[in-house]
Amino acid sequence: MIEQVYREQYGRAVAILTRVVGSIDLAEDAVQEAFAAAATAWADGPPPSPVGWIVTTARNRAIDHLRREAARADKLAQAALLHAAAGPTEEGPVRDDRLRLIFTCCHPALNRPAQVALTLRLLGGLSTAEIARLFLVPEPTMAARVTRAKAKIRDARIPYRVPADADLPERLRSVLAVLYLVFTEGWHDRPALAGEAVRLARLLRELMPDEPEVAGLLALMLLTESRRPARSVEGRLVPLAGQDRSRWDRALIQEGQELVRGCVRRGRPGTYQLQAAIAAVHSAAPSVAATDWAAVLTLYDQLARHDPGPVVRLHRAVALAEVAGPAAALAEVEPLALESYHLFHAVRADLLERLGRDAGDAWERAIAGTDDPAERAHLRARRDARRGT
Amino acid sequence: MSHYLLDIWQPAGGTPEPAELAVIGARLDALNAEIRAAGEFVFAAGLHSPDAATVVRPDGLVTDGPYVEGKEFVGGFWILDVPDLDVALEWARRAAAVIGLPVEVRPFAG
Repeated sequence: MIEQVYREQYGRAVAILTRVVGSIDLAEDAVQEAFAAAATAWADGPPPSPVGWIVTTARNRAIDHLRREAARADKLAQAALLHAAAGPTEEGPVRDDRLRLIFTCCHPALNRPAQVALTLRLLGGLSTAEIARLFLVPEPTMAARVTRAKAKIRDARIPYRVPADADLPERLRSVLAVLYLVFTEGWHDRPALAGEAVRLARLLRELMPDEPEVAGLLALMLLTESRRPARSVEGRLVPLAGQDRSRWDRALIQEGQELVRGCVRRGRPGTYQLQAAIAAVHSAAPSVAATDWAAVLTLYDQLARHDPGPVVRLHRAVALAEVAGPAAALAEVEPLALESYHLFHAVRADLLERLGRDAGDAWERAIAGTDDPAERAHLRARRDARRGT
Repeated sequence: MSHYLLDIWQPAGGTPEPAELAVIGARLDALNAEIRAAGEFVFAAGLHSPDAATVVRPDGLVTDGPYVEGKEFVGGFWILDVPDLDVALEWARRAAAVIGLPVEVRPFAG
């Protein structure tokens, strides 16, 4: 029971307490003390409102702490005490405190790894040790990262609020990038991390129901996640084209497609919505051959207008090959400045082979371009499969 | 309200043409007037290049020139008194756009 409340409500309790006491560190300490106290206080069953109990207990603990500090003539503590004693713990009707916390964690004055670590720590309620394990870094490294980020919020006085409307689009991009990074880190082989990203994206969607890019990001995650059961067989990567589509998760697909339909109705496309729409077209196709490639290509054209980078053009070329043939696609691919990107060479190799030309060199470059063992094995297998025929 | 130092990172080497400098100077005056009007101005100044610097070491030794040779030096600075980092960053963004050089924002300690 307590574990479940902790997991679901830790971020909310910290968000409320941070507003009330004005310090993330103090808020975290107080919320953790409150959960520790709950272990005995809830022995005979939880109170009617567990989160309310946690917030009230944490607030009292924080006020006790501030009283002790204030007694030592700590001016800041005295001011914080006045604020904490007077401030309501009820949340405003319009905005959840967690939204302030998300924007503070993802503030552009913090570097990306710090944004990611803080978001998982404060909103996700993950311990530093858990985050370190998920990101495959030593725990002291992650602890130092979190401590440094919290110190910067305090010392540089990064504000605790939702940005003004004028700054919102840019600041929201940073929040979405953090969540998507957590997802892509977890996509390969750490489903728990991807699951955290989905959980946080669901929370953000709940908090910002009118932002189509938030819905787009959640849809993109769900539709990508739906393929997890089919994406590897006995440890080998299976690309989209070779996946057993009967293993795809239908419930996730349905939810993702529903979100995409909602985005289309809103008519304010953005990069996450367009990527989600592309994933939705694939998810609706019974096979590669039966995929609506013309729709995929149209969506990539739109995506390229939002994101004119070469990676989008590379992916667009894959769709173009299905609609207009490999020669047209290769003409698009050749001039792209993606020499150091292994997928560039893999796409080139595939197109060269389909044109009956020598692709040996392109395959070698693709294989040399990635450190991921599963990806390498997959590229080798593709190279050898074509050689054998 | 909190104090922040905004310092301009100027690359070592040439300065812009006089005509260009005059345009930048006029825009800076306008920006400073805005910061004053907002009640957030404490102090601002431009600095001579490190060629004009003199360093006094803890043992009393006086030497000519900068303490360390760098690719960049502090070309000028503001001290502002603003509510939080976001306000300081917004003034820094405007300042950097006017000068065409990076502006570092540092909170005062204590």
